[in-house]
Amino acid sequence: MIKCRKISKGCAKGEVILTKYPLSFLGGVDPEKGVVTDSNHDLYGKSIGGKILIIPSGKGSTVGSYVLYQMAKNKTAPLAIVAIEAEPIIATGAIMGEIPMVDHPESDIYNLINNGDQIIVDANLGCLKIL
Amino acid sequence: MISMHLTREEEKMYAGEEGPAVEKCMEILVALGDIYGAEKLVSITSAQISGVSYKTIGDAGLEFLEDLSKDAHVKVPSTLNPAGVDLKIWRELGFSEEFTKKQLAIVEAYQKMGVSTTCTCTPYLVGNVPTFGSHIAWSESSAVCYANSVLGARTNREGGPGALSAAICGRTAKYGYHLEEERHPNLQVEIDTSVMGSDFGAIGYMVGNQVGGGIPYFKFKKSPSTDQLKWLGAALASSGAVALYHVENTTPESKWALKFIENNKVEKLSIMRNDIEETKEKLSTTNEKPDLICVGCPHASLEEIRKVAETVAGRKLKNMLWVCTSISVKAASDRMGYTQIIENAGGKIVCDTCMVVAPIEELDYKVVGVDSAKAANYVPNMCGIDVVYNDLENLIIEDK
Repeated sequence: MIKCRKISKGCAKGEVILTKYPLSFLGGVDPEKGVVTDSNHDLYGKSIGGKILIIPSGKGSTVGSYVLYQMAKNKTAPLAIVAIEAEPIIATGAIMGEIPMVDHPESDIYNLINNGDQIIVDANLGCLKIL
Repeated sequence: MISMHLTREEEKMYAGEEGPAVEKCMEILVALGDIYGAEKLVSITSAQISGVSYKTIGDAGLEFLEDLSKDAHVKVPSTLNPAGVDLKIWRELGFSEEFTKKQLAIVEAYQKMGVSTTCTCTPYLVGNVPTFGSHIAWSESSAVCYANSVLGARTNREGGPGALSAAICGRTAKYGYHLEEERHPNLQVEIDTSVMGSDFGAIGYMVGNQVGGGIPYFKFKKSPSTDQLKWLGAALASSGAVALYHVENTTPESKWALKFIENNKVEKLSIMRNDIEETKEKLSTTNEKPDLICVGCPHASLEEIRKVAETVAGRKLKNMLWVCTSISVKAASDRMGYTQIIENAGGKIVCDTCMVVAPIEELDYKVVGVDSAKAANYVPNMCGIDVVYNDLENLIIEDK
């Protein structure tokens, strides 16, 4: 179990999709399909919908919060988000869309978790578990 | 777990005892507070909410606001940023019905929550005037700069959803510009030349680029007017992330700020006439004459509209002229006869919107002339249209 800080309440279990690069939701993700459309990003062409997104941080326009909300409405949003350092855009969007989110994991999760791993994110308790 | 301390009342709001809208908004405030390292929340007396134009927030924003408006209501006087169209004469200006329908739905959702739908970036000209030292949650960058610097109120540069959450909870996270120790100047700027008109925007643009998120302390030869401070701040906030500046012998915290200039070695910048002229040239993307002139960024005061009327009185303009302002200031302009003079010259007073947030790329204009450095900075990127930066008189083409 890895301790984290709660950003947006809720609990989710699923498969990890991981990136080491910040992502802008406005212009960087298609909210209809949940696919990353930023051709300079390492997740380009991949779907983040229905998965647990591990990301260093968000970036870009504050409108990105609304995009994350729309993805939740369209059921194309990540099941949960784990950020190293949450910033306002992604944090606000996660709360708006009721997507569980934590940040500040106590361990170096990039060394412990790989793409495709199954994990549980429990934002209410402020922790994540690798299954 | 969250890190911030909440009062008993705030705990209840956070736990959902005041309904799901307050619960969600509290969750946003607490998350933002934790991210920025705030120890607690602070009660606010006013909010200014951005995220209004359909062009920027789209269907996602509309849907969020409609959902929230089902059971949310603001706790403090709150005003709204400009929308994407003039809510009344949109058809006359050439905006599409499809866009306008969505825009009206957004404004209606805010209205349902009790937000005043004045749709302006100068809320301080329409009665949303916080007092010195009061804590507020404002999200329009130029208005933030004005409230902190000219009025001496205290706000961070809030995002749209953050400011709305603050309005609904009557609180915001206490960090940054809410704290006295975060309001010290860290660059002194001396203007070595007499300045007027579009000089202020150019100076703001230049200094904003240099100082980023810092706090400049200005020395002008002559104390600027409130309109001039408005242009300066808007430019500072658009090229940099400036939320507060001080002007010697002018702004209310300048005496206090001067102590830090005298005590510390604060970096110094001198601005000469040729720096200002160079910046003005850089702000234009073309040498062509504009087919649309937009003034009123930030929204024009009655005094600015008077000057526009004085400039165009008895002339026939070949280019279209928009004077952007709020519905309240337009009412005063109508009564003073300025609106009629401007319309006689071929111009229009445009309310609720501006050249930055309106979809002017959908209209048939090729080059936009502006007297605002903020607009010159944003229009090419946000609308994909060429821009010319100059004073109104130099932008006009007359039909002789």
